[in-house]
Amino acid sequence: MNNKKNLNEQNLADSLRSQGISRRSFLKFCAATASMMALPPSMIPAIASALEQAKRPSVIWLSFQECTGCTESLTRAHTATIENLIFDSISLDYHHTLQAASGDAAEAAREEAMRENWGKYLLVVDGSIPTLDMGYSTIAGMSNLDMFLETAAGAAAIISVGTCAAFGGIPHAHPNPTGAYSVYDIIKRYGSSGTDGVSAASIKHNSAGSVADKPIITVPGCPPIPVVITGVLTHYLTFGMIPELDHLGRPKAFYGQSIHDRCYRRPFYDKGLFAETFDDEGAKKGWCLYKLGCKGPTTYNACATTKWNNGTSFPIESGHPCLGCSEPHFWDGGSFYKALSMPTEDLSKTAIYTAAGAAAVGVALGALNSSKKSTAVAEHTKTTIDDLEK
Amino acid sequence: MSEIEFVSWVRGPGFQLAVIIFVAGVIIRLLEIFLLGRKANLAEARGSAMQGGLRTIFTRSIPDKGTLKKSSFKIVSGYIFHFGLLVTIFFYTPHILFFKDIFGFSWPALPSAMVDALAMISIITLFAILFDRLRNPVTRFLTTPQDLLVWFVTIFPLITGYMAFHRTGLSAPSLLGLHLLSIELLLVVFPFTKLMHAFTLIMARWYNGAVSGYKGVAS
Repeated sequence: MNNKKNLNEQNLADSLRSQGISRRSFLKFCAATASMMALPPSMIPAIASALEQAKRPSVIWLSFQECTGCTESLTRAHTATIENLIFDSISLDYHHTLQAASGDAAEAAREEAMRENWGKYLLVVDGSIPTLDMGYSTIAGMSNLDMFLETAAGAAAIISVGTCAAFGGIPHAHPNPTGAYSVYDIIKRYGSSGTDGVSAASIKHNSAGSVADKPIITVPGCPPIPVVITGVLTHYLTFGMIPELDHLGRPKAFYGQSIHDRCYRRPFYDKGLFAETFDDEGAKKGWCLYKLGCKGPTTYNACATTKWNNGTSFPIESGHPCLGCSEPHFWDGGSFYKALSMPTEDLSKTAIYTAAGAAAVGVALGALNSSKKSTAVAEHTKTTIDDLEK
Repeated sequence: MSEIEFVSWVRGPGFQLAVIIFVAGVIIRLLEIFLLGRKANLAEARGSAMQGGLRTIFTRSIPDKGTLKKSSFKIVSGYIFHFGLLVTIFFYTPHILFFKDIFGFSWPALPSAMVDALAMISIITLFAILFDRLRNPVTRFLTTPQDLLVWFVTIFPLITGYMAFHRTGLSAPSLLGLHLLSIELLLVVFPFTKLMHAFTLIMARWYNGAVSGYKGVAS
């Protein structure tokens, strides 16, 4: 316990130094973060000094209907990176997968962190939240919805990590058997009304204000880029506020530009040079993957610039079209391998059935017209001289 | 409805609905014309109706000197925008992919830059055509609301497509969704307006030419 307290009082600079990170590497990280977030170079010292003085904030990480891919994304780096150390330097008080404690002790850790840092902790959520049958997903006998609302009530801000927490993701995809919703939708549905069919958990601790007012940062992606998550945390640690967000709550610094607009294969798109299959000449020459269903033109994310696996590459670079995983409802957007300009429904079948039906209607109308004509001819009487003299 | 949901709708059920209205509308209208029936012509043929008809299909594409001189702007601008429209619809890579998905076959595309230029020329020409129509007192008097509707549903896909290509004005998914919606609007309006001329043009020319051809006179 004492040890934990000491850690909590340690600032980030001490923590980094104790882990053998030089000031030079630390400043390089600050410079990279500043440029990633499109901040002017003059902000680098500000980031450095803010980070150095930052006390380890308490972070509670709740995992609901998810696949742990988001956690994998954050932790799978082979060597310890500065991002990892920064992440180590927050006080991650509760995380199912990463914490050593289990059972009651794990839940006690969450409750303690909430009590000690009420109104100040960051709540990170991955996974969507089921609303139909609470038994679909429970933790320590508590429904996901109750646990979320209870924990959200004392959070300073909520970070929805991954597409499931951000937009509902695959659990929310049609037919959505568990009635899963994103963090934003859950807050919209249950945040202001408090209980609304749920247990009273959400109103148990309301001293930090209504759940409905909590700032939400969405960091979508399936999974999101690790550096984007640390970037958001760095921004919060540096400025004490959330970064500028787009209309979907995504930090503009990372989701401000589309994959297509920053894609290194864009010149091939502009020239009309496309890979037609995954193994043709075009594919080997690295031409544009639009025809193979690339969703880059409608997807906003930092993959093309930040890249993955410590800047090694991103999906398009390894020859696969973008799936659009950081956009809402990408699972329901038709085939991953159908070009964006192609319809998602089978229109030729629709056209054939419609044509057959319309032909029948057309012939029937024609028959009706011709019978009308015959009747008119049959009923036609000739005018005689007598008629004219009347 | 989020913009991605909007794109999903216009790519899926929206397009399906538009295609149903378009196909049903066009077929019913064409069948009504075909099944009207004609009285048997009892007069002795003085020439070939078929030959006259086929010839007229082509000769009507060339304006006669008098008309060209009198309405040169209308004829030239009409040709320019129809040509631009044809190239834009049928020779731009993403559009060819669309047709390939429906018909099962494709054809070579023109360079995007060329299609882009022709689309811009078509947009400018369509504005000039509207300006000319409303400036001239006679054509202004003859203009019906349908004429304006048809002008709008024709230029709207061109403008949204141009914006989507240049990725300007709105977010990329919204632009794509709006462009697809504008095409769906065109498809829905098509069978019930003078846009039907795309289908009736050839047969109307043939019919005119056939009447004259049967009589052995030039049409």
